[in-house]
Parts: sequence; structure tokens; C-alpha cells
Amino acid sequence: MARMRFLCDAERCIDCNACAVACKNENEVPWGINRRRVVTLNEGVPGEKSISVACMHCTDAPCIAVCPVSCIYQTPEGVVLHNKDVCIGCGYCFYACPFGAPQFPQTSAFGVRGKMDKCTFCAGGPEKDMSEAEFKKYGRNRLAEGKLPLCAEMCSTKALLAGDGDVLADIMRTRAAARGGSMELNGWATAYGAAGTKESR
Amino acid sequence: MLLKRLTRRAPAPTLPRTLDRREFLKRSGIAAGGAGLAATLPFNLIERAEGETPAAAVGKAELKHTICPHCAVGCSIDATVENGVWTRQNPVFDSPINLGAHCAKGAAARETTNSDRRLKYPMKLENGRYRRLSWDQALDEISAKLLELRKASGPDAVYWIGSSKHCNEQAYLLRKFVSLWGTNNCDHQARICHSTTVAGVANTFGYGAMTNSFNDMLNTKAMLFIGSNAAEAHPVSMQMVLHAKENGARMIVVDPRFTRTAAKAHHHIAIRPGTDIPFVWGVLRTIFENRWEDAKFIAARVHGMEDVRREVAQWTPQRVEAVTGVKPADVRLVAETLAKNRPSTVVWCMGITQHTVGSANVRALSILQLALGNIGVSGGGTNIFRGHDNVQGATDVGPNADSLPAYYGLTEAAWRHWAGVWGLSYDWIQGRFASKELMEKPGMTISRWIDGVLEKSDAIDQGSNLRAVFYWGHAPNSQTRGLDMAEAMKKLDLLVVIDPYPSATAAMAAMERTDGVYLLPAATQFESHGSVTNSNRSLQWREQVVAPVFESRKDHTIMAQLAQRLGFGAELTKNFQMQGDEPVIEDILREINRGALTIGYSGQSPERLKLHMLNKHTFNARTLRAEGGPCDGEYYGLPWPCWGTPELKHPGTPLLYDESKSVAQGGLPFRANWGIEHNGQSMLAADGSATAGSEITTGYPQFDSVLLKKLGWWSELTPAEQASAQGKSWSTDVSGGIIRVAIKHGCAPFGNARARCVVWNFPDPVPVHREPLYSSRPDLVKQYPTYDDKKTFWRLPTLYRSIQQAADYSAKFPLVMTSGRLVEYEGGGDESRSNIWLAELQQEMFCDIHPADANDRGVKPHDYIWVATPAGARIKVRARVTRSVGRGVVFLPYHFAGWWQGKDIRDKYPEGAVPYVSGEAANTAWTYGYDAVTMMQETKTSLCQITRA
Repeated sequence: MARMRFLCDAERCIDCNACAVACKNENEVPWGINRRRVVTLNEGVPGEKSISVACMHCTDAPCIAVCPVSCIYQTPEGVVLHNKDVCIGCGYCFYACPFGAPQFPQTSAFGVRGKMDKCTFCAGGPEKDMSEAEFKKYGRNRLAEGKLPLCAEMCSTKALLAGDGDVLADIMRTRAAARGGSMELNGWATAYGAAGTKESR
Repeated sequence: MLLKRLTRRAPAPTLPRTLDRREFLKRSGIAAGGAGLAATLPFNLIERAEGETPAAAVGKAELKHTICPHCAVGCSIDATVENGVWTRQNPVFDSPINLGAHCAKGAAARETTNSDRRLKYPMKLENGRYRRLSWDQALDEISAKLLELRKASGPDAVYWIGSSKHCNEQAYLLRKFVSLWGTNNCDHQARICHSTTVAGVANTFGYGAMTNSFNDMLNTKAMLFIGSNAAEAHPVSMQMVLHAKENGARMIVVDPRFTRTAAKAHHHIAIRPGTDIPFVWGVLRTIFENRWEDAKFIAARVHGMEDVRREVAQWTPQRVEAVTGVKPADVRLVAETLAKNRPSTVVWCMGITQHTVGSANVRALSILQLALGNIGVSGGGTNIFRGHDNVQGATDVGPNADSLPAYYGLTEAAWRHWAGVWGLSYDWIQGRFASKELMEKPGMTISRWIDGVLEKSDAIDQGSNLRAVFYWGHAPNSQTRGLDMAEAMKKLDLLVVIDPYPSATAAMAAMERTDGVYLLPAATQFESHGSVTNSNRSLQWREQVVAPVFESRKDHTIMAQLAQRLGFGAELTKNFQMQGDEPVIEDILREINRGALTIGYSGQSPERLKLHMLNKHTFNARTLRAEGGPCDGEYYGLPWPCWGTPELKHPGTPLLYDESKSVAQGGLPFRANWGIEHNGQSMLAADGSATAGSEITTGYPQFDSVLLKKLGWWSELTPAEQASAQGKSWSTDVSGGIIRVAIKHGCAPFGNARARCVVWNFPDPVPVHREPLYSSRPDLVKQYPTYDDKKTFWRLPTLYRSIQQAADYSAKFPLVMTSGRLVEYEGGGDESRSNIWLAELQQEMFCDIHPADANDRGVKPHDYIWVATPAGARIKVRARVTRSVGRGVVFLPYHFAGWWQGKDIRDKYPEGAVPYVSGEAANTAWTYGYDAVTMMQETKTSLCQITRA
């Protein structure tokens, strides 16, 4: 069985926000809830990198470990989902998450009592697949439709990838081979020293 | 861009209170059907469907194929439509252009038809408030007023601002409409985005367009981006760019700012705004010095390179550095990278075009590519990324002040050609104009209509000042000199806004006046169909996704309805079948096909374009060529020129000026458009230089009936073709016979000539450096002054030297000011700021300022600041303190409106149609300055001072 992963290729991400908007479009996510966002580091200076971040669907997910009502669970494909009917909106998962993924709406169809909302890997929730109830609470279930998350499908430069981790690894290996080892690559300076990198202006 | 301070709540309802869709439908009485079928719909659709569902469509999901309405990359979008409502947006992996990808704007397309901030019905300004009225009443009142103004002041008193958002058929119909009204006073966005490119490139090579394609950039070995921030303005193009880079292509970005594009390049080179020519000449000097130029190419296909060689000799590395700020090593790096990694390509956008020297900038880069032999080769070319979904098409066949459709110009011959295509008498059309002289004189430009209103009438080169203006799919805040525009709006007798969104025009006008303004709701690109031409000249067919929402109507329907009332409806639509008041789009395209021979808009019949759209998957994403399937061998979207009649089955021209293919297969030499010789030098290509398979293996002039007879090919025309072709040239023989026979012999209908380095009809035949009007370097102004003032230029007095020398502005305004785009918004921004998903991403207007400049002024990050300019205006914006701008340079995005010099004017919008996000328009404060060939506005180099608010 496939193990679902996101992977954002920082050499390609241009901070265009297509992923963030695709998520809103497909899941009807209201203003103020950001299941996915783009973070830019070293903005405006050489070395600037952007990366798209959402729930990473961790294998050993800290949110699952800390949830006091055990409403968060993992599907066989490795997607981390939760049950909004059980969620008490305490925010403990927010403490635990290394990526700031959990969102807490004030009012809306997504969580009337401030229940947690987050990226579902476009896999809906515990309700019946592709049902109205599922869509209303969690958004689309594209996996059940045989599709991948729309954020990755619409990525402007194919920086954001989603799908079976093995396939993603193959894609990245191909890209890395084409690029070759180079000072220009993100992380190179960290790994092999800062020689050759420009000072910030 | 990175401001993105997100508020957690959607913006509070503005005053006057915004109606949500449900309430609007309830109150407006538009709802049809309703409660009975609501129960059967998916939960999330109930609210929308109440108002919009035709009963017959219930329960059916349809897939509609359309094209993104934003930039000119031309991304395909598939729309799932249920019950007449666009419910889902699907990526189109089959499209060779975008391969499923979108930027934020494309990904937000669905909201365009669903936004409740649309203009919902016709409105009229009465006693300072916008009030609803019926379509009939609005059109009756507007046309009565127009006829009254025409009687009093002539047809030239009305100015028609068309749109690069219209499809080809609508843009073309508007040019025809304006012609039959009797004026050349029309224009559209291209004037202020790439008019200098079109003029500069066309005068160098022959055609005013991107030579290669986004896809062809996969074949390049080095890319120079100069004045282009593709990562924000054309994000999906970066898919090809980054792929090329991964396969070893070098990438250099020259820009005053460290942009998102620069972040992806191997090298970023910061340049002082407005000094592109010295930089390019410095690079070219290095190329000549090292003998890196392509001598063979120059000898065979280029005219006048020696004159360029003399001009660039003075641009030594030291001098380049003194003027541009670019270090000698960086100049050499660019020269060496482009020369040693051929084919290399150059990409430019507004950073090159929007200058007083815009058309000279464009030519300098074109000459650079000629010197390197990079034109007409895959992986090379001048890749000019255009800005609106159909700005190329509207430039080609739409409302341009200086030409009838397809660059025929305004000569009597041009008018006779189109009169013939339209089936109208030339004399009747001439009778519609104030005079034959005005019929053949270019109109005013969109950048200057305000002066057509404000200028003293005896200084204007037409009978009357402008008294009425139509904003038909164009924002006001994309034009400079906002203060003057407000003044001009006040003076008008009539202002009509036709737009899906009321736009800042409505608010600006309501700020200045209490009546005489009409707002008419137009359908968006998703509520109509037709062809659109993307940046690489491919025509794509849009299907209608949903019916026009609320009371909006399609633009071509409005044109027909207005023409009817103005007395030339029958003439306008003579060749078209009508569905009610709507001219059949396909018939309009067929008329374009019959007339637009100059640029090969003749082979792209609606049937062929639709076939391409249904078989996107058969086209190769590297070559854009179909491999097998029903379009086998054709290029995607039949990129123009697609020669001859549709029956000729020309495959389109993927790369301009590529001699390695035959003309029949998309090859092309340079166009013979400047005579056979100039000053004793031949303008035709050298012996041996011709497209593959050409029976004439040397340079040759344009084809006409005389040449055909001389060559003994006349008898190959059919008798019907001979009747049409007699006394005509390839571009006026509507039978297409001359074109057919020329191509049969392997020849290009437009001849085989040399590209021009010396454009003797421009103010500077070889580009020279001229400091901006508002220069940060008064010491250099003396050495490199601007042009002399022009008394009449596009019908208006135009100032250069008298502004530049009036004062040393830099003392009072020490910061260089430049402007540009954000990825989330487009153009004036009223449409994209009314899109809730996009609006959330950029909630405030801001100004980028370097930390040192901020500290010098006591400005901290996110403070409100005043940006004051020599135009006498000041705008209040947030400070974004960043090192992406160098010290001494500030950057403003131009997409905002709704604030006016610190004042919130959102209450001036019609009720319920205020965009989610408002802010100061950069152009409110922008200064004077226009290109000396095309009247392009200067928006990239000016001066300002910043203080803490």
C-alpha cells in the first residue's frame, strides 16, 4: 500500500501561493483558515528560499500522541485525519505540531465551536467517503475519487509534490541527478561550509 | 511577495452595507426557480443554486474547457458545472502550455463567477449615489447622449478604452465598432504594457511579438531576464524556466530588485532603474571586443550592425558602472554567459517597456540577440512575456489607436481593404469620420486621454476636446497621474464603465462628480466564449462555462445593442448570424480570418481551434507540435502566422524567423518591410540565406501580383484568385491566392529581408542612453538629456526636456521609485481583490524600502508612511522594510485602489460591490513621462520622498 507524502522542492518553489488557493478552492476553506501556506526564508537576499507547508502527515504524529480525546487518527495510506465531532478544540495538537498545521476557526461550517481544522491530504474525514457531511466538515475526498491533493496538482512549477512516498523519492532523485552537486543548491552551504556563498547585502 | 499579515476575520461589511448573495437574490428578485430544487442539491451549493439554476440543467454535471483570464501564459482550466453553477476546478495536465499548473490567480479562477462583489445590474450616478436602472434605459440614455455629443463636437469627442481581457472576436468587433462610429480614439492595455515592445521588435524583425515560446525555453542554454519578474507576473512560465535550469541552462536576472525570479537565478545583477541601454551596450561591447558575435548571421541576415558597433564603443566597463551601477565583472559575466551558452534567450517585460526610452530599450535587446545570432533558433529568441490573457490578440486585431486590425495601419489602402472585408462602402465609412485626415491620423492613447480632456483645445490636434469616455474592461489605476485623471473625470460630459466589476473608475468618478456616470455589468471570460491569443501567439478556444451571472451581458452583445441605437447596427453585424442580439462569435472569427492576412490570422478557423482544444494531449510540450492524432504535424493553437486559408492547413509558426524549416512547415525569414535598399545598402537577405526548400535562395521583396507575374507564377492562381489578386499584394488579396502560390514555391509571402539595427523612422535610429525625466542623477542629465518636447504627438503636446530641466527633483525627492506586480493580483486589481481567496493573501498596500532608508526616516517595519512625489500627490501605505530593494530605491505594487491620498473612498463604490481589499493606488502619485514612439507611460523610474505617517 502506498504511503502518502508531501514534498516541497525548495529549488522550485516560487512563493506563488497557487497551493494555498487551490486548497481554498477545492475544500471551500473560509477566510482565516490556512491549511497550507508558503513560508519564505532569507527574503530579498541571495539564498532566499520558499517552501509550502501544511500538515506533513507524520508517521509518528505528535498530534495523535497528545490529543486528549483521541480524535486524531491515521489512515492505512498514512494520512492523518481527525474527527470533528469528537474534537474539543483544546489546541493541544497545536502545541505538539512542529509545523503549525492545526487551525482553529472562530465560526464557520468548518468548526462551529472552534474545532481544529487542518489539511486532510484531500482525503476527507471519518464520514462516508464523498458524502455531503464529509464535504461540509472536512472538504473534498479526492483520494476516494482516485485523485491527489489539488495543491500539488496545481503547483505552478511542480515544486510541491504529493503522493506515494516511493514515487516522490524517484522524482526527486531524478531532479537531484540532473542538478548535480552544486553550491547553488539549498543546504549545500550548511552541509559543506559557507565558502562561495554571498554575504547578505 | 511576503507582506501577508493575515487578519483572522474576513473584512467587515463596508459602508454602504454589502449584501451577501442570498440576500441580494432575495431583494433583487432575480431568483428563478428556488426552494423546490434546493433540497436535491449538495449542501454547499444550495445558496448559489437558488438564484442561478435553469430548471432544465438540474442534476447534470458538465465539463467545460476554458483558459485562465489573467496573464498571457494561457493556462487551460477545466470547469465542472453542476446545475448551471461552476462547482469544481480541475487541473488540465493535457495542456502542453501549463501541464496542469496554476499560480494563485489561476487556482482562484472559479471564484470569478461566484464572487458577490460583482457589478450586478446597470447603475447610474444620480445625486452622488449609484442607483439601479434597466439595461434598456441605460443604453437608451447613453446612446442619446453620445449622439448629442457627436452632433455638437464630432465623433472624435468620444474616447473608447477597450480591453485586452476581451477575446479576439470582441476586441476585433470593438475596433470595427469604433471605426464605424467614426474615430481612431480607441486603445487598450497593450499601450501601457508592451506597446514599445511591439513597435521596437516589429521595426527590427518584422513582427511585434514574442519570437519563440515558453515551451521552447526548455531548449535554451542561457537565459537573461531583464525587467521581468516572471515568478510573480508569469509564474507558470517558471515551470519551463526551472526545468531548463535543471538541465544545465544558466540563468541571470537583471533587476533593481532582488525578486522572486532573482532568487531562482544563478546571478542577480542590480541595476539603477532607467539605465538598461548603457548596460546592454556594455554587454554588446564586450561581445564585439571578444569577437563573440555571430559574424555569419550578421552578414547574411542583419542590416546596420556597424552603426551599433560605433555607438557601443563608448560604453566601456567603467562608464557603464558610472551610469548603471553594474560592476565591470558583472557586465562581462552576462556577455560571456550569453555568448558561450548558445542558444541563449532574453526575456523582458515591463521593466524594459515602461520607460520614456521603452522602444529604444526593446531595440537594444533585439540587437543584442541579432549580434549573437540567437534569432530564429530554438532555445534563443526574444521571449517577451505579455501580461493579459488576450493582450497579444487585442494588439493583433483589437482597438488600437494607430491601426485597423492586423497592423494594416490607417492609410486609405488599409481602410479600403477592411471596408471590402466588412462588405461596406469606403465612402460610407469615410462619411462617418469628421474628415479623411482624421480618419488616417492615429488617435489619442489610453495613457493620455486625460490630456485630451484637460489640454487647451487649440493645442489638440483634432476638432474638439474629449467629452465622453468609455472604460470597457480597463482599470483606471493602471494609468499614471491619478490626480490629473480625477480632474479629467470631473470635466467629462459622460463616463461609461462596462466591466464585470464596477472598478475604481466608479469610485474615482463618484469622488469628483454627482451624475453623468453609467456602470454596465459585463460578463467575464467564463461567461462567454471565443478565441484568445497567448504570449507565444497560440490561439486557444474558450468554451462558455456558465451563463452570464446576475444581469451581466456579453461584451459583443453590448456592442451590437449599442451600435443598433447609434445607427450603425446593421453595418456592424452585416456578416454575422445573430442569436437574438448576440452576434455569433464563430462568424466574427471567420471575418477576422478573411481580413487579417498580414500576420496570418487567416488559417485559424473556429473549427481548427476547437479541434486543437479537444486534442491537447497530442501536442508535445517541448515542441508544441502534435504527434499523431487529428492535428498531426500542427503546432498547438496554430501560432500566427498561420498562413492562407484554413483549407491550406498551415501548421502555424512556432518560432519566428526560423530558416531551418520551410515556410509551409512553419519556417520564416525576416520580413521585407523597409524597402529593397537604404542608403545604398541592400535590405534584402544575402545570397544563400533563405528558408529551407525555398525556390528563391536569396533575399526577395514582398509578394504582389507584379512579382508573381515576373516570376511566371501568375498562371498558378485559379481564375477566381487572379480576379482577386490583380493589382493587390499578399496582404490585401483576400482570396489568399498570392500567399498560397508563394508558399507552394517555398517562399514567405512577406519577403525575405534583413533585420534592422538602424530604425531610421525612430527618434534614435540607434538606441542611445537618455536619463529619465525624473532622474536621480542630475549630473548625468546634462550628458544624457532626454528628447525635445513634441508639439503634436498622437494628437497631443508631449513634454520631455521642459520637465527634465524644470528642476533638480532629486534634492527634494531623493528616492528612486519603481512599481510592479504581485503574484496574487492583476492590473488595477478590482477583479482579483474581489476574489476572496486572493484578497486574503495580500491585505494591504505597501512600499518596499531598504532598512537604511527606513532608519534614516525613523520608519519601522509595518509603519504607515507617506510617499510623496513631484506630481504633487502623496499616498499613505505600509512600509515593508526589506533588502530586496537596494538603498535609495523603493518599490510600489500598483494593484490597489479604494484609498485616495490617505482617505478611504470605499463609500464611493456602488453598494455591495466594494472589493474585499482596498488601498492606495500607486499611480495616484505617479509622475509624467511617455515613450517617444508609442506614448507608453513611464512607471518604472521616478522619484519620491518618504516620511513616517
